[in-house]
Amino acid sequence: MMTGSVWIAGGGVISGIGRNLGECVASFEAMQPGMAYMQHLHSAHAQTFPVVEVKAGNDELAAIAGMPAHWSRTALLSRIAAQEAWEASGLGDIRQYRTGFVSANTVGGMDKTEEFMEAFLTGSSKGKLRQVVHHECGAVTELVADAMGVRHHVSTISTACSSGANALMYGARMIRAGMLDVVIAGGTDALTRFTLNGFNTLMILDQQQCRPFDDTRTGLNLGEGAGYVVLVSDAVAKEIRPWCRLSGFANANDAYHQTASSPDGIGNFMAMKAALEMGGLQPEDIGYINLHGTGTQNNDSSEGLAISRLFAGGVPPASSTKSFTGHTLGASGGIEAVFSALALRDGIIYPNANFSVQMRELAFSPVTAFSRGNNLRNVMSNSFGFGGNCSSLVFSKE
Amino acid sequence: MKAFIQGAGCVSAQDSNVFPGEVRNYEGDRLPVADPDYKQWIDIKQIRRMGRAIKMGVAASHMSLESAGIKNPDAIIMGTAYGCLADTGVFLQKLVTQQEDMLTPTAFIQSTHNTVAGQIALLLGCHAYNNTFVHGAFSLENALQDSLLLLAEDPSRNILAGATDEITDYSHTILRRFGLYKNAHTSELLQSQSQGTMAGEGAAFFVLSAGKGEHSIAQLTAVDMLYRPASEAETAEHIRAFLQRNGLQPADVSLLLTGRNGDTTNDRYYETVEQSMFSNTPVAAFKHFCGEYPTAAAFGVWLAAGSLRRGSIPEEAMVKGQPPVQPERILIWNHHHAKHHSLILLEKC
Repeated sequence: MMTGSVWIAGGGVISGIGRNLGECVASFEAMQPGMAYMQHLHSAHAQTFPVVEVKAGNDELAAIAGMPAHWSRTALLSRIAAQEAWEASGLGDIRQYRTGFVSANTVGGMDKTEEFMEAFLTGSSKGKLRQVVHHECGAVTELVADAMGVRHHVSTISTACSSGANALMYGARMIRAGMLDVVIAGGTDALTRFTLNGFNTLMILDQQQCRPFDDTRTGLNLGEGAGYVVLVSDAVAKEIRPWCRLSGFANANDAYHQTASSPDGIGNFMAMKAALEMGGLQPEDIGYINLHGTGTQNNDSSEGLAISRLFAGGVPPASSTKSFTGHTLGASGGIEAVFSALALRDGIIYPNANFSVQMRELAFSPVTAFSRGNNLRNVMSNSFGFGGNCSSLVFSKE
Repeated sequence: MKAFIQGAGCVSAQDSNVFPGEVRNYEGDRLPVADPDYKQWIDIKQIRRMGRAIKMGVAASHMSLESAGIKNPDAIIMGTAYGCLADTGVFLQKLVTQQEDMLTPTAFIQSTHNTVAGQIALLLGCHAYNNTFVHGAFSLENALQDSLLLLAEDPSRNILAGATDEITDYSHTILRRFGLYKNAHTSELLQSQSQGTMAGEGAAFFVLSAGKGEHSIAQLTAVDMLYRPASEAETAEHIRAFLQRNGLQPADVSLLLTGRNGDTTNDRYYETVEQSMFSNTPVAAFKHFCGEYPTAAAFGVWLAAGSLRRGSIPEEAMVKGQPPVQPERILIWNHHHAKHHSLILLEKC
């Protein structure tokens, strides 16, 4: 029943460093991270915390997405990246396949709910209902599924920072079970005051550009965006030229604290180890790790120690692309899955920006230069987060 | 892949200890929850800081583990449409009224949708697979489908799966403005012949595994979802195909347990399909016991599993026909605004 492989037929990304995957790669190559003071989100902290916004207002995004501009920015971003992923797959008419849409997000339509609450809190009959009609995470997914013409399966996963990775896993497992032929899987999240203020109360936002895996790191920068891959079965993969294969994945729980990682990253270690095992791979088979690498003291230390333990024979080139895109929360697993799949297709290793001081507890440091032409066979992508949720994905050339 | 329900726990408007022997009835547009004593499972200092979605979820999950005789599951999978509304509301209200100043982290930390599954893992020290689905009236269904997939991949697991959703004063006020609710009495809700229903909340969790054991309550045979069917006819065809895939005809269903909620438009949909394919099948309902909410089907599963084990259906649940004696098979069909349809097939074991 659970047989066959799952392939990546294509991918799409919109983030603070580019409106499509090509623009994002150009930003990596030019070493241009996307942090800036906010232009589109209206917050009391606008001059305090740099963020990585998608550099377009809702009117402009709505025009690209072909959606009304009063819909949640989470849906607009999602639609743009999902459409790019679909076109990259070269699969043609979506109605020919049993297609699913598994999308992750953590905020849903919170950007609009915030506007609603301004009025609602002055009187319970106040506030436009159209601002809360898409509040639920699943409502955002359905706006995009409907626009894409997906009918066979729609679902939404929310496991904080690992949400997007879990969406890929669930999609792949439905294909392996023979339930679906094709799944568009990944995640989306717009910047909101809710998350910005929430992370601020946790005191893990950096007031400068974040410095993942650097000893002087003091926190993360929030970003926004969306990223999706198109997962296909063996039968569908025969008709196209897939980018690579999703060969391993695993989900484990750190069970240590609601928001903090255990010092030695037990959940991280378990997820990475199980993903390798599923792919039938040894640690030395991994050619590049796309780190979770948020830039917080806690994450980078836990993740780094877990990697040191698993890759005791030598840590492969590793970098955090969040040093360019910021932490896009529910989107990050999807965005970084696309970056990882493209890394295999084109032999790319992404740089880690803003690294200068070696972390004292680690023997390895992140890659700081962009390069092409690397002979990569297998790439790992990590997503760890709140609630102890840890997921790891492994992509393979064959 | 089939699964056996080894344990079940429920927090709802009904008292789990006496229901269905004794049915609690309510009047108004909202059913409260018959709260159990949460101190049994959660530290008293934590209880005060926890929103009800979390408390109900933790309580129902512990009840199900206890009844299954299992300490630590091999996966925790849950569904919630709204997430932790109470904490979300607190943080939003302060964010707006205090203009993003002097906010504290507790409400934000507990507002994330994976808080409940994360808390359960934390309280159990459980490092296993952990997932949270947040897709309206498909949240529970995806949690169950994920469980069945996990069991097909590895039949040795014990899986804790369920759903939780809460009502808050904010959410109820806002949803009421959409015209979803009416004032009614639960004992007359299904005969009310008007638009609107009564709001509900609650949590139900189940321990699922591949093999039958001494604790087994019922068999979870299959789960399916249908998104945006064009018509009642398409839905009927889908239900027929679902039964066929499981080697069954409509006549093999001992009881159809529907998501009727007292709203005429909503309930007419069930009626139309029943006339075309379940004309001789006894039909029951469950939302006059628990209220309407996107994951209410979890209460339906809890009721159906208990009924299969007891060999009887409570009289108060019946809509059409006589309560079947020693039912073999219950099909739960729930729809949410005719857009999300779920089919959950349970059998006696």
